[in-house]
Amino acid sequence: MTRIQLITILVNFIFIAYIARLIIKGKLREEYAIIWVICTILLTIFSFWPNGLEIMAKLLGVFQAPNLLFTGAIFAILIYLVHISVVSSKLHNNIRKLTQEMALLKQELEKAKQENKDPQKDPD
Amino acid sequence: MTLKILIIIPCYNEQASLPILLQEINALSLPEEYELDKIIINDCSKDKTSDVAKANGAKVLDLPCNLGIGGAVQTGIKYAIKHNFDLAVQMDGDGQHPPSELIKLLECQRLTQADLVIGSRFIDRKGFQSSFIRRMGIRYFYGLNRLFTQKSIYDSTSGFRLLGRAALNLAAKNYPDDYPEPESLVIFSKANLSIKEVPVTMRGRLGGKSSIGSGASVFYGFKVSLAMLFSFIRN
Repeated sequence: MTRIQLITILVNFIFIAYIARLIIKGKLREEYAIIWVICTILLTIFSFWPNGLEIMAKLLGVFQAPNLLFTGAIFAILIYLVHISVVSSKLHNNIRKLTQEMALLKQELEKAKQENKDPQKDPD
Repeated sequence: MTLKILIIIPCYNEQASLPILLQEINALSLPEEYELDKIIINDCSKDKTSDVAKANGAKVLDLPCNLGIGGAVQTGIKYAIKHNFDLAVQMDGDGQHPPSELIKLLECQRLTQADLVIGSRFIDRKGFQSSFIRRMGIRYFYGLNRLFTQKSIYDSTSGFRLLGRAALNLAAKNYPDDYPEPESLVIFSKANLSIKEVPVTMRGRLGGKSSIGSGASVFYGFKVSLAMLFSFIRN
């Protein structure tokens, strides 16, 4: 095993451990963690199997193996960014609905409080 | 039969102009068939907008986060539906829309039964006409609206608008966030609501300053154009 292989394997394990920790602590929801887990699994496979990238590149007709890696990685990142934008748009809409509902309820609550206070004006 | 009307006033840092505006609204005398109420939507202002409004005897909806003008107006629209108002008027908190002009909108609605009546600065070309750059923007949206709605709406950016029941129900479900007027026209006309325009006289701000800078205008122009296109395509 070459040195670089050992380094990548080590880094992958640290990364997986970190993701796992985030999920355990409830800081990362599982549906967002899936993609990171898959990524690390892929990376681990290729670090144990260094010829794999060359073989895949040949299969897909890419001349230089690293190009396949970069193209694949950039494409995956782009897709994921779009997904994140969709999620944040959804959150934006939800926050708007909640904010509006809250303002309406707050006003109603204050009105109800006022109405409750008014009839109880007996002196004691 | 009395018609219940709600004046929706979205506010962001408008403590300077609100007292005058509210006084003007209170001093308003409308024909007997109209029953007027008003609500201030405080869009998370940093100043004392909410206190000033309450001190002047207005109902206030305090938004806990800043939603932008569209989100604020939509809150008022939801309030109008919840409390069974027949009509709602959107009126800016800075006093650009004189309450005395409200009767023109109501009159137009009574005669035409339109779902949406827009108070327009540019039919009679009287009163406050906005800055040159803004007028250019308004011309641009006029063209864009003609393209998307096949209607000539001269003041498509006017925030002085009267919404009927059908328009209220639609806007409660679907209303754009910031700079909502041009885009909402596309939404309304796609739903086959009738839109009428009536000349009104506007004026400059009563106090405070605008929340839209010139850099932001370009960004909003672009954003709104895109939003209009997609509202047009969307079912």
